[in-house]
Amino acid sequence: MRRSIRRGTRVIALLAAGALTVGLAACSGGDDGDSTSLADAGVDGVDDGSTLTLWTRAPLEKQAKLLVEAYNDSHENQVELTVVPNDDYVAKVGAAAGSNGLPDLFAADIVYVPNWVQQGLFQDITANIDGFDFKDEINQGHLSAGTLDGKEHVLPFVLDLSMLFWNKDLATEAGLDAESGPANLEEYAEWAKAIQALNKPDTYGTATGLNCGGCLVFTWFPSIWADGDEVLSDDGTESLLAGDTAKAVYDTWRDLWESGAVLPSSKDEAGPTWTAGFTEGKVGLMFYPATLLSSTPFDVGVAGIPGPGGGGSTFVGGDGIGVSKDSTKAAQAWNFLSWMMSEDAQVGVLAKDNDVVSRSDLADNEYSQKDPRLITINEVAGNGDTPVAINFQQAFNAPNSPWLTLVRNAVLEGTDTVDADNDEITAVLQQ
Amino acid sequence: MSTLSQPAALRQRRRGRRATGALAGWLYALPTALFVLGLFLIPLALVVQMSASDWPLLGGNQGWNLPQNYSDAVSNRFFWDSVGFTLKYTVLTTVILLALSLGLALLVQESTRWKGLLRTSFLVPSALGLASASLLFYVLYSPIAGPFAGLMKSWGFTFLGTPEGALWSTIFLIVWRYAGFYMLLMLVGLQGIPDDVYEAARIDGASRWQTFRTITLPLLRPTLALTTVLCVTGSLLAFEQFYILTKGGPDNSTITIVQLIYNVAFQGQNDLGIAGALSVIVLLALIVINVAQIRAFNRKAED
Repeated sequence: MRRSIRRGTRVIALLAAGALTVGLAACSGGDDGDSTSLADAGVDGVDDGSTLTLWTRAPLEKQAKLLVEAYNDSHENQVELTVVPNDDYVAKVGAAAGSNGLPDLFAADIVYVPNWVQQGLFQDITANIDGFDFKDEINQGHLSAGTLDGKEHVLPFVLDLSMLFWNKDLATEAGLDAESGPANLEEYAEWAKAIQALNKPDTYGTATGLNCGGCLVFTWFPSIWADGDEVLSDDGTESLLAGDTAKAVYDTWRDLWESGAVLPSSKDEAGPTWTAGFTEGKVGLMFYPATLLSSTPFDVGVAGIPGPGGGGSTFVGGDGIGVSKDSTKAAQAWNFLSWMMSEDAQVGVLAKDNDVVSRSDLADNEYSQKDPRLITINEVAGNGDTPVAINFQQAFNAPNSPWLTLVRNAVLEGTDTVDADNDEITAVLQQ
Repeated sequence: MSTLSQPAALRQRRRGRRATGALAGWLYALPTALFVLGLFLIPLALVVQMSASDWPLLGGNQGWNLPQNYSDAVSNRFFWDSVGFTLKYTVLTTVILLALSLGLALLVQESTRWKGLLRTSFLVPSALGLASASLLFYVLYSPIAGPFAGLMKSWGFTFLGTPEGALWSTIFLIVWRYAGFYMLLMLVGLQGIPDDVYEAARIDGASRWQTFRTITLPLLRPTLALTTVLCVTGSLLAFEQFYILTKGGPDNSTITIVQLIYNVAFQGQNDLGIAGALSVIVLLALIVINVAQIRAFNRKAED
């Protein structure tokens, strides 16, 4: 009997070993492409019919699909695109990074890129980028966000700029000069109040996302830059959001909020619908993502975001993209990136769809010439900025970020706590 | 010799049967044991290991980090607020749900004409997943797309726009979703009380209130204990409804302890070590609360 028990134990052990082997084989995954290193890939990479995987977050789905479809139609390699809901993206990338399961290529919100590069999630593509004869024309904000110790890790995937948009019909109805737009933040507030004064049902002067840290970063930082001020120290560890210009911005919005010219749901707008009111024609003017120009169904004016003293700037947002640390097809993945920077992709796909190009030498192209607003957007892109900080997400974008506390205190509550709240942002940046 | 060897052979046979029985027992238990091991014990061990390690979401395990994770967890600026909010939500939800579900159970027990219709209509919301129900209410509460949007505008009211509004709007969803389910449990408990006890009370001339207080409530105690433990545990672990409806807002006023764990792990701080420490703290607190609840009900039963 003892022998039979031992035999039973052996059977269980064998089964367990078998299961483990199968599990390990499954974990290691199939590798249907030859593994060629990035160093051997040159400037064009390898196009040998490999299947590549690419992850992006939902807000860039339209542009990502267009790029992937165009690449798949013209190349042997085939890219499989996975679009992940915005709120789940960090968790999904984190889980995959921990289990060495990242896709070959993945895009990241440009404000997270410095942190993710520091964590080693992207491969070094400096030598490949150096091979481009148009390297200096690539958007420098995105390139520098992905640069660590002089090594480059990402290229701009899709640029998303924040711009001042105004509804020309509503502006004309309110007796405003619909062709020129407001020149500074004070005029912006006057415009919003004038459109509010039309008393049209369900129509408001302006809107924003007062419970959405990312929306506020995207649309309010440019007002500070437009006046020549900074929002962060050079090393990204100190918040400068309690300066005079910043306070003037909060005061203007406080005044706007109290006057009732701001769409009321802006107070609790956490991000998913923050542009909906304008797109439906129910909001007079607002700071708005340039990527939505093509899907805005009425006549709009477009300009850079002004500061209290005028000027115009933009937040150069969007996503950077790189080859993941786990990719075994880096040379093939580089082929996609290399094509993505070509004129075929930048003009033939992005500009054709009214999106912003990532190369300044292609800003004036056959499509932008048809619509002067696109030239404005492309020009402002060159004057914009992308803040770089390792703890950017925690300090600004997270649902409970100290930046949200600062804005809500200053604008909704009217409390005099900007300096203390700014110190809290610095404390988080320095963690 | 032969007289001595017979009992020895018998003993050996019995031992053999016992061994076969033991092996069979192990084999029967094996699937469940593997299930528990894979889905409960290994993840639990992993969380405990995380809670003791420096483990950023994107960087993997960086080595031991005790007791720093636990002190960081407790000193998180939202920790005590989230504990306070979770307890407040738990007390409100439990009291309202238990009172309402008992009332509904008494109603459908006594009503004869509409019994079937009432029971079904109260129970239907329980068939909907909590995430689906939360999304449904998210739209209902929406100041833009919701059916009450016009009314809300004219009254200057928002369901999720103020801390109190967000709390009560979420409680309303939970009561709508769970009252029918707890009613069913209460109904089973009520039907387990023998009719002759009520008959005796009626003969003794007891009023309805006296019958309810001295017969129904004491005999319903095991059911009440079960529903209270379920309701308290569920409320202490509340997440989906807040994640979908409020995301912890407005002004960080509705961050439950599990929402805090999620935020620390995946929204901003991205620190699995501190999130693990928070999880272990919640687990220990749950064990203490559940043991205390069960002991309290048992003591009352003994009294």
